[in-house]
Amino acid sequence: MSTPTPFLPPQTAPSAETIRVKVDGRDIDVPKMMPDWQGKLQPTTMLQACQLAGVEVPHYCYHSKLPVAGNCRMCLVEFGTPMMGPDRKPVLNEDGTPKIARSVLPYEPGTPRGAIACATPISPGMELYPSSAATRQMREAVLESLLINHPLDCPICDQAGECKLQEYSVQHGQATTRFVETKVHKPKVVDLGPRIVLDDERCVLCTRCIRFTRDLVGDDKLGIVNRGSYNTIAAFPGTRFENNYTLNTVDLCPVGALTSKDFRFQMRVWFLKETPSICATCATGCNVTVGSREEVIHRLTPRENDAVNGHWMCDHGRLNYRWVGRSDRLAEVQVRLSSGDLQRSSWTVALDRVAQHLRKATAGSVAIIASARLTTEELFLLRQIGVRVGAIMDSVPRRGEGDAYLVHADKNPNMNGARATGVVGAEPGSQLPRIIEGIRTGAIRTVLAFGEDLVKAGCPAESLGRLEMLVAGDILPNATTARAHVVLPGCAHLEKRGTFINAKGRVQRFRKAVEAPGDARPEWEYLLDLHRALGGPSGPDNIEGLFHWMAREVPVLAGLEWSRLGDTGVTVTI
Amino acid sequence: MPQEYRLILKNADLPGYTPDIDCYLRHGGYETLRKCLALPVRELPDGKKQTAQEQIRDEVLKSGLRGRGGAGFSAGLKWSFVDRKSGKPIYLICNADESEPGTFKDRQIIHKDPHQLVEGMIIACFANDVHLAYIYIRGEMPEGARLLNKALRAAREQGFLGKNILGTGFDLEIHVHRGAGAYICGEETGLIESLEGKRPYPRIKPPYFPAVLGLYLCPTIVNNVETLAAVRHIMAMGAMEYSKLGTPNNTGTRIVSLSGHVKRPGYFEIEVGKVTLGELIFHENFGGGLRDGRRLKAVIPGGSSAKIFKAGEKFKLKRKGPDGQMATVEVDLLDLPYDFDSLQQAGSMSGSGAIIVMDDSTDIVGALANISEFYAHESCGQCTPCREGALWMSKALHRMAHGRARRADPDYLLSIAQNIQGRTICAFGEAASWPVLSFVRKFREEFDARGAADESKAATATGRTPAAK
Ligand SMILES: Cc1cc2nc3c(=O)[nH]c(=O)nc-3n(C[C@H](O)[C@H](O)[C@H](O)COP(=O)(O)O)c2cc1C
Ligand code: SF4
Ligand code: SF4
Ligand code: SF4
Ligand code: FES
Repeated sequence: MSTPTPFLPPQTAPSAETIRVKVDGRDIDVPKMMPDWQGKLQPTTMLQACQLAGVEVPHYCYHSKLPVAGNCRMCLVEFGTPMMGPDRKPVLNEDGTPKIARSVLPYEPGTPRGAIACATPISPGMELYPSSAATRQMREAVLESLLINHPLDCPICDQAGECKLQEYSVQHGQATTRFVETKVHKPKVVDLGPRIVLDDERCVLCTRCIRFTRDLVGDDKLGIVNRGSYNTIAAFPGTRFENNYTLNTVDLCPVGALTSKDFRFQMRVWFLKETPSICATCATGCNVTVGSREEVIHRLTPRENDAVNGHWMCDHGRLNYRWVGRSDRLAEVQVRLSSGDLQRSSWTVALDRVAQHLRKATAGSVAIIASARLTTEELFLLRQIGVRVGAIMDSVPRRGEGDAYLVHADKNPNMNGARATGVVGAEPGSQLPRIIEGIRTGAIRTVLAFGEDLVKAGCPAESLGRLEMLVAGDILPNATTARAHVVLPGCAHLEKRGTFINAKGRVQRFRKAVEAPGDARPEWEYLLDLHRALGGPSGPDNIEGLFHWMAREVPVLAGLEWSRLGDTGVTVTI
Repeated sequence: MPQEYRLILKNADLPGYTPDIDCYLRHGGYETLRKCLALPVRELPDGKKQTAQEQIRDEVLKSGLRGRGGAGFSAGLKWSFVDRKSGKPIYLICNADESEPGTFKDRQIIHKDPHQLVEGMIIACFANDVHLAYIYIRGEMPEGARLLNKALRAAREQGFLGKNILGTGFDLEIHVHRGAGAYICGEETGLIESLEGKRPYPRIKPPYFPAVLGLYLCPTIVNNVETLAAVRHIMAMGAMEYSKLGTPNNTGTRIVSLSGHVKRPGYFEIEVGKVTLGELIFHENFGGGLRDGRRLKAVIPGGSSAKIFKAGEKFKLKRKGPDGQMATVEVDLLDLPYDFDSLQQAGSMSGSGAIIVMDDSTDIVGALANISEFYAHESCGQCTPCREGALWMSKALHRMAHGRARRADPDYLLSIAQNIQGRTICAFGEAASWPVLSFVRKFREEFDARGAADESKAATATGRTPAAK
């Protein structure tokens, strides 16, 4: 994956040199230069200075990772600059402080003038008045302008509850309207592309969506047609907005103009529980927020992490969550009877049966296939178990296409976890032919498959029938679970806690968003039980303890602490 | 006796004068260019050496020439802001978008004597190290575009354009680019975007000052047609002589477009400040007065975006008295000298030099509704206050002009307009709001009366008494 600068710019530190300005009357030293959307140092803007002073300047078009447009005018802020005498020296007040000239209209010196904070650089001694009466009046006027032609369909709008037009109206707007003309009407329910529906009446024409797809993705598909108040966002005639990053524009859209077909009309956002997690669709490991209600996931949205995914994620990863709630999930612990039938069982019975069998197994007759979709902690436990019983171990590589933005060719979220824990060697999958051959010849008599279907991995289904013991820990039914002697229902990563190590060595922690169905348990929990049953140390019984145990044993993770991983992770060298 | 002073339009209306190069050459055309290209290095009193380019830039600065496109900014100063150290090419663009309602002066130059524009451009390009220049011409002027292309072809054939111009080693190409019918393409940064093939959304300044980050983000000079034509005359007669035309700080000549309720509408070239508004309207050498039996009601002095003047208005102007001291004098509207500074001091502007005269038959509300409709239609819609406000005002005025005025409307209009001016990306925000602000403030009684009349009409119709104001 080569990363183009505009999509994931380098992380640049602000300049050490500072400038002193006043924000709402308080002195503050701010860096002279700050990184822009491309990570290039540029003169610090009024908006950045206010942010550093802890004063929020409302804005629609500005976004720290997009080129500045300066079109919404919501960020207008009144300001003042030190007055200069004819000798180019500052003019002083009687008390010795510099005299400040408040900004006024050049042609109407009694009227205050604002500057757009998002694009106006600060200068030494400047005073910013983000809370002055004039600033508030300008904001109020911009909001009024945005609202006069707005359809106000909040009751049926998906954005309601996380809409900047609603929020700013409450904070900075008026409760009534004086608009008595007819509103402008524009197209509604515009099918922009396979995943996006646009409502042009709700659009505030901030051009965030245009800039994102043109300047970051390089897919110049969106533009504006018509002019003036009739301006309308549209895909260029005859084209569809359908690259793999389109749904980011739904997040960027400050209002309910761009909506996701997947999420549209599914759930009011204020009912959603938000859980920080990771996308498990490829080895990039984009940070996400899971939106769920009553144990049902309704959406994934990207969560900012400049070291991994910036503010973005791909559409494919974002929509790859519905399987978690599939009705055919494995929800029962099952054990095969001597009659050949699978019967519901309990964790104690099933794990006991596995442990008893493993204790008898001879070294070299056991194989463990550990999916690189399992968490690092689970891979670590499997490795411990594998060493204990003398198993051959491997994982199943998943290669696909990557792109120049985020998508990685490695479709396993945690192959680096498998590498770090020693589940795989330099070449993941290199042991698979030996294992499959061993199953065929009878040299391997016991197989533990976690999260992988052996048949899909190339093992003929008939061979599986020869095994003395086939244990399948999985989430959805497949050819392997159908032939297993013991079926252990596991968890999607969205149903448990743990870490993945992404392709760049970022160790990333995720939390549990929803409950797993039925008997299903997080793999790490029952693997701890199994490990104990095989004579392993009593060890920890929670994820933190497990992580710390692992960090002691696994060299590349040395020194890491669970709590210090935070929600954005730590990079290690694999 | 007030009269025209024809410098730029000296030949344009001569019988038999044609826009082709032969005619131009017969009238001394391109002699100034030859002279400029051959200027020897000059030694200044302080021993510094001045190249030919620097001498031309100096002359233009000293001439006092102010931009004829609208803002009246010093052309020489504008050229001095150009970033000459960036290592990037410098571009020059001639703004021939002429779209401000009431304005029809640039087209006289283009249609009748285009070569002086071409000559002025070549001189300006030479002076500013420009090797590629554009003429951005309004889409509705196809004949102008044809004539300009013809003129450029002829100039190229004669060696005034292309490689190694007149053997001096100076290379220059000029291209004509036609707009597609949008007023905003006259705003210089909107024009630049349009020239780059994009939607003509004006750019934010900072950071996109054309002198630094203009066309293709390279240093760029944008000048009006008349400004560039004047450059040719400044170099022909010398800055000293040129600056003797007109009045101090308002030098040279200006082509005024006079329209509306006068007997002789048309274009008149005058020495700036040497003729008053009254003379332009009433003198037989100019407008020749109003239609019979009519009285003056209002004058828009600088294109439809300029603030309107009301007949009988008096203004306080700062003037240098005979003793050399600054003094304040009271001046009647009709005695306002037609120049940049006086009109600005009187609270309006000379803008594009277009005077629109309205007599007492004019419905002021209707006239404003007409102007506002233009600005609502032409707003590019990029920034919120102008995009929404321009149409809002237009809708309100349309309603008022069609019998549904309210007493609250004058204040409503003023407040909408006030929320636009000074808060937008480009000066279109002022262009859209100034007519409203000035019409309503100066003719408040007509707007009030309209509101009162319509409200009581409505009350009678519905049997309700009108709410108190
Ligand atoms: C809305 C708007 C429209 C404009 N239209 C024109 C125009 O049609 N022609 C023109 O020369 N200048 C126009 N201008 C002024 C230009 O932006 C620019 O200032 C001018 O071309 C500079 O030339 P000058 O310095 O020679 O006057 C317009 C400005 C604005 C804000
Ligand atoms: S659709 Fe949304 S993001 Fe795009 S311009 Fe409109 S409001 Fe902005
Ligand atoms: S790039 Fe990979 S990790 Fe990121 S959202 Fe897409 S699939 Fe998920
Ligand atoms: S002021 Fe009007 S014309 Fe100028 S950029 Fe804003 S919307 Fe466009
Ligand atoms: S945030 Fe839109 S103009 Fe500054």
